[in-house]
Amino acid sequence: MGLDKSYLEYPLRRYGMDHDRYDWTLMKERQPLVWPDNCKLAFWINISVQFFPLNPESPQPRPPGGMTMPYPDLRHFSLRDYGNRVGIYRILDALKMRNIPASCAVNTQITEYAPYLIQALRDAGVDFLGHGLDMDTPHHSLSEAREREIIRQSVDRLSEVSRQDITGWISPGRFESPVTPDLLSEAGVQFFSDWVNDDMPYIFKTRNKPLVSMPLPTELEDRFVMLENFHSETSYGEQLKDAFDWMYNDATEENGRIFSLSLHAWVIGQPHRIGILENFLDYVKQHKGVWFARPNEIVEIFNN
Amino acid sequence: MRQDPNLYDYWPYKDRPKIEWPNSARLAFWVAPNIEFYELNPPDNPHRKPWPHPYPPVAGYSIRDWGNRVGHLRQMDLLDKYNIRGSISLSTALCEHHPEIIEMCKERDWEFFSHGIYNTRYTYGLDEAQERAMIRDSMETIYQHTGQACSGYLAPALSHSEVTMDLFAEVGAELFGEGGGIYTCDLFHDDQPTPIKLRSNKKFVSIPYSLEINDTIAYVVNRVEPRQYGHMIKASFDRLYQEGAQSGTVMCIPTHNYQVACSHRLRAFEEALEYITGHSDVWVTTGREIASYFIENYYDKSLASIASYQDNGGD
Repeated sequence: MGLDKSYLEYPLRRYGMDHDRYDWTLMKERQPLVWPDNCKLAFWINISVQFFPLNPESPQPRPPGGMTMPYPDLRHFSLRDYGNRVGIYRILDALKMRNIPASCAVNTQITEYAPYLIQALRDAGVDFLGHGLDMDTPHHSLSEAREREIIRQSVDRLSEVSRQDITGWISPGRFESPVTPDLLSEAGVQFFSDWVNDDMPYIFKTRNKPLVSMPLPTELEDRFVMLENFHSETSYGEQLKDAFDWMYNDATEENGRIFSLSLHAWVIGQPHRIGILENFLDYVKQHKGVWFARPNEIVEIFNN
Repeated sequence: MRQDPNLYDYWPYKDRPKIEWPNSARLAFWVAPNIEFYELNPPDNPHRKPWPHPYPPVAGYSIRDWGNRVGHLRQMDLLDKYNIRGSISLSTALCEHHPEIIEMCKERDWEFFSHGIYNTRYTYGLDEAQERAMIRDSMETIYQHTGQACSGYLAPALSHSEVTMDLFAEVGAELFGEGGGIYTCDLFHDDQPTPIKLRSNKKFVSIPYSLEINDTIAYVVNRVEPRQYGHMIKASFDRLYQEGAQSGTVMCIPTHNYQVACSHRLRAFEEALEYITGHSDVWVTTGREIASYFIENYYDKSLASIASYQDNGGD
């Protein structure tokens, strides 16, 4: 009886991590980063622009937000699509009125499904990040060849329609295969935000050039807080302010910090929620020393 | 399998021998930061799957790694601010993986107790010799890296066998004599320390650790809003402080650096700590100190009191 003896063997019980993707370092041991104009805090907003197919076929577990009802699940399809038709424009207006830049992680399918939206994002001046094919193509379900193809298509297609170099990436549902970072690097991607293990950028090794892992916490994202934890909109507004206050107070001019926020057009873009974002942005704007940054700019400072 | 774990006898929360904590404190308060290591690719256990996602489990692994890389320092700063020594529930492989964290906690004279080797290696399925070996490894690792004789146990990922308490107490006695292996955090049946029945009849107690006030249970399982979590901690304290005037109570806040230290949750935690430590009759202490004090002063009286309830429902 009992378990195989290997269950009490620990071959990777050693200094540092139990894998070779990145080095172990405590936050306080990092090289300080200094932001432009002596700002304390870099402020980065990313909005996910997503396509959820009506006919999901991917194996479990699937990225959150997909269809849950028997086919055709019109309620969830249309509620997600609401973000692409209505919610995103509320967000873009809120950002434009306050002159705040943003990035958008865009499923490649959006370029086929809603070319107008792509143009609107381009006109709004957002940075495009790759976000996989659609929300029913989690990378853990793909062969290496197929994953390589999807990443390349995403980078090429988004680059073509946005007229930008696509250097950033967030995997659908932030699910990865064992080789996702390797294939991203191979396709020319420079930074990604799938791993939520730090507050600052750090070097993530691949079999090619290393990537920069950029902080973008799931714990504070609109979908996670309100739709997965069922916290009230009021509480979400408080959480945003509490988080901002904490990061702002932790930051100094000599050792900058990053406040990054992951939002979804289909979550925060609802009429009863958009005000939370607007109020929060107004609150942030009242503070001195906040650098409203594009992710590429943060990566560039980190790399130098 | 048993209908009842047979670890303790029924003992109503009334008319117990009065507990008086040091300096006439009403309430013994301790904070138990779990400092855990979850493996990216642990071996399969036939009874429990370590991760919901196929390899690599990026979401679950990386937020826990955030706790060690970023969250730990934030939480430690806060506990320093309120002069609270943590009692660490430790995945003991962390001594090898992240010795810097162990050093910082040692400098602060924090307590280390065993939470198994990895939180991705469960007790389920181990035979008695294997479980004994795992527990022994964890206690020896703590001793090698900290010099502390491990007093307490919280089974890894709260995975138990029928003999977990026996084994922990026995290995503790083998390694360190009577002071080794004297308390468990695995039971949630009481707000005061209670004697636990072992096959060895060694003096061994359950110290209240609270699943309800555990940040991960609050945030992940019960999905509590951060400020509401702060209200819960204060309400729990208020009641236990009030009742502590009759007989001393214990309050624990079990934490996880990857939950409580998130920037949107620290404020609620800080306000709760400020509130609790702002009261005069609070003994801010550690798990080991509570267990030792109880065993020395109240263990025998408690056994006699418990025994009086076992015949005909007491008299």
